[in-house]
Amino acid sequence: MTRYILRRLFAMPFLVLGIVTLAFLLTTLTKGDPLTAIVSERQMNDPTVIAAAKARWGLDRSLPERYVIYVGNLVTGDMGTSFITRRAVAQDILFRLPATMELVIAAMIIGSTIGIALGVLAAYFRNTATDHFARLFALFGSSVPVFWLGLALLFVFSVKFGILPGPGRMDARLPLPDEITGFLTIDALLAGDLRVFIDALWHLILPAFVLGWSVAGTISRLVRANMLEVLGREFILTARAKGAGEMRVVLRHALRNTLVPTLTVIGYSFAYLLTGAILTETIFSWPGMGSYAVSAARGLDFPAIIGVTIVGGVVFLITNLITDIAYVIANPRVKLG
Amino acid sequence: MNHTETGVPLFEVKDLRVSFGRSETQLEAVRGISLTVNNGEVLGIVGESGSGKSIGMLAALGLQPETATVSGSVRFKGKELVGLSRRELRKLRGSRVAMIFQDPLSSLNPVMTIGAQITEALQLHNDQLSNKAALERAEELLKLVAIPQPDRRLSQYPHEFSGGMRQRVMIAMAVANDPDLLIADEPTTALDVTVQAQIMEVLADLQERLNLGLILITHDLGVLAGHADRVAVVYAGQIVEQASIDDLFAAPSHPYTRGLIASIPDMTADRERLFSIEGMPPALGRLPVGCAFHPRCPMCQEVCRTTAPLFRGNQKHEAACHFAELAEGGR
Amino acid sequence: MALLPRPKGPRWLSLPLGIGLMVVVFWLLATLLAPQMTSYDPMDMVARRLQPPSWQHFLGTDALGRDVFTRTLYGARHSLPIAVIVVCLSLTVGAFLGAISGFLGGVADNAIMRLVDITLSFPPMLLAMAVAAGLGPGLGNAAIAMVIVWWPVYARLMRAQVLEVREREHVEAAVAAGASRPRILLKHILPLCWTPVLISATMDLGQVILLAASLSFIGLGATPPTPEWGSMISEGAAQFYSWWVAFGPGAAILTIVLGFNFIGDALHDHFDPRSK
Repeated sequence: MTRYILRRLFAMPFLVLGIVTLAFLLTTLTKGDPLTAIVSERQMNDPTVIAAAKARWGLDRSLPERYVIYVGNLVTGDMGTSFITRRAVAQDILFRLPATMELVIAAMIIGSTIGIALGVLAAYFRNTATDHFARLFALFGSSVPVFWLGLALLFVFSVKFGILPGPGRMDARLPLPDEITGFLTIDALLAGDLRVFIDALWHLILPAFVLGWSVAGTISRLVRANMLEVLGREFILTARAKGAGEMRVVLRHALRNTLVPTLTVIGYSFAYLLTGAILTETIFSWPGMGSYAVSAARGLDFPAIIGVTIVGGVVFLITNLITDIAYVIANPRVKLG
Repeated sequence: MNHTETGVPLFEVKDLRVSFGRSETQLEAVRGISLTVNNGEVLGIVGESGSGKSIGMLAALGLQPETATVSGSVRFKGKELVGLSRRELRKLRGSRVAMIFQDPLSSLNPVMTIGAQITEALQLHNDQLSNKAALERAEELLKLVAIPQPDRRLSQYPHEFSGGMRQRVMIAMAVANDPDLLIADEPTTALDVTVQAQIMEVLADLQERLNLGLILITHDLGVLAGHADRVAVVYAGQIVEQASIDDLFAAPSHPYTRGLIASIPDMTADRERLFSIEGMPPALGRLPVGCAFHPRCPMCQEVCRTTAPLFRGNQKHEAACHFAELAEGGR
Repeated sequence: MALLPRPKGPRWLSLPLGIGLMVVVFWLLATLLAPQMTSYDPMDMVARRLQPPSWQHFLGTDALGRDVFTRTLYGARHSLPIAVIVVCLSLTVGAFLGAISGFLGGVADNAIMRLVDITLSFPPMLLAMAVAAGLGPGLGNAAIAMVIVWWPVYARLMRAQVLEVREREHVEAAVAAGASRPRILLKHILPLCWTPVLISATMDLGQVILLAASLSFIGLGATPPTPEWGSMISEGAAQFYSWWVAFGPGAAILTIVLGFNFIGDALHDHFDPRSK
């Protein structure tokens, strides 16, 4: 087990380097002058800017040399300057990462709650109307385009009924709490401002639900399959023969036995959440990495796009690593391939 | 607690039927079983796998799969169990009536410690029991089934136990609340031969000490020898012969019973091959007309193909065969 | 217990499969026969702008007075072919590299699989966005971006299949009989590898439609005035209070993806009876 973990950790730097390399190749993908990937059109006529950029990224040198310079710059945390915000990309990303994380984590909580609940219900009441409804609900979530669902729910709940707030992270009229974690809900609690906390939570509900629903299907499908298997095992009969109630049989005996694969699928669903966050943030004007990436892509802001891609890849890599290692630790008898 | 005095048997099953599926395609797995167990009595139920012996006993306690329909009457200390509310059944299960199952490998929850599983059995039927007291009682129980180092064993998981040890744990868990009736469904089938004997020893010892009514379900008539008081032989969802164990071995009246006796592995004799009854038990829904056993019966006659036999004999020894007496005589 | 009769047949399964097939066939028809299914032109201003749904315009009109229903029908002409092309290309590239990787092993296997690992370590949407942005807007470029994101899935699947089939007896027999390596791969291994790969490809059609629409939605795929579902929703988002503008294309994506998922689910259950 230790060997497996060490091997995985050892592979990490190489994978990160692979991500960076692929991202670098993307910058060379752009048609024509690679300068367009670094300098915005408006600055193209400014010879000093161009000269500075060329020197910084070694643009007049060969591809391998440029690669070395690029990686060198990255190591020092330099991802270039965004055309749109005119700030360092690394700084922009760092500033926006917490908002995305807050959304994704909230979505993960909602998605896994819905997914597990539906999976358990579907398995317990298999082949009944409950099962069919649960499966349909889950399938719907993974089939609907999140950007459309977001629009529709905003329209219904915010415009039509006015139950939930509109886009954004919080009411602009409320005072912004001091940034400590970058998670608005947690910062508000730390600042002791209950009103901001509730408002932030209120704003979080809809986007997190939209995003969470999209992964609930995958989770519920897996939970259902595992629950079906476990519910057919003999120790379930033992539990019933002991006089345990159905709630206890399902939650304490059956569900606990499906915990490891469930946690694993939740971990892996992180990738979908990151992907979905890009679009959800756009719809809900959520000031996170996703909406940053979209505005960068729309404005052909290459340093920003590449920066977000690298950070997204690394975040994804780390969560998958954690998930895999957690799986091995929780399940010491698993056979490692 | 002795109900025989008042004439009410401990456990009385009358015409129990279990069927699966919707009405058009209903398949009967148990087709009218009747039996009685008195206090402190050991009843063996023997039959091939799929004969309905296990499912019948599960259904008696309301543990049948949801797709099953149960009819007939099951009385425990005079109380009707068929149609009893789930809550009432739960109160009974694990406290007054306990069960152990065939495969100790899979009948314990792999993610809970042994201690947690035994204390759960205790606390489910006693809200007042503190965790500490429950653990102490669990340790006692492990001692009762002769598991060494019980205090250390409590915090271990099932995969750290051998098959025989796990079955001991199952037994300990079953007798945790001092039940009146224990139903053991093939308790030794999945175990090695040497371990089988030990487990039977433990069961017999506890049965005597706790004055348990015990139902031993098995496919191996040999297991019952020396342990059961009476035996019911089940074939295709029905009892075909019922007698005291001595009478059964001395004068088996049903050809199926004779086949079962002949197929007991004989340690002393030097037989090349075990005798086995030819053919397969009928599949559910493919029951032959007449006597269910007739396609496999060595003495099948015309009447067996058309008419289902009724019980012959008396309360002490009865068999459902057209030729029950003949069988007895022709032995 | 083992002999309990199982609850009867996958009756439920055939219903979603039927619905899925019906929906997909409907959109296939729309792809082929959109002009016959509506009396309007998707590019023409046919009415006043932003009219709510009516008998003349089932799904209303958009900001330029075009018929949303017509544009939604025509949208199938973009989404469906793109999805099929992307899946086919990814499948070809992925299956080819995967088969080589599994069959040859060694350096080739290592190189291909590392490339697969690295590509799969990006959130797919993010990588597709980056590539599409690099290539510039346009459905063709978006398709290339999607192939780059998608092929590793099939490479991995195909490799696993080849590795498994390679160990079977009939392959060993062919090796013993002195068959050439390409012949073993083509005649004895590959024919047994396709089923799971093709099932996965069917299920992916829906996902690719979603991804393509997403790229168009953020302006990296089809560009206005193309009646592509993603970019239509993007236009609809700009007309937030006229909900019908985005409704048609959204419902179109939802139904067709749901349709493919229904079919994929049924196939999955059919070939993996454990999940029943």
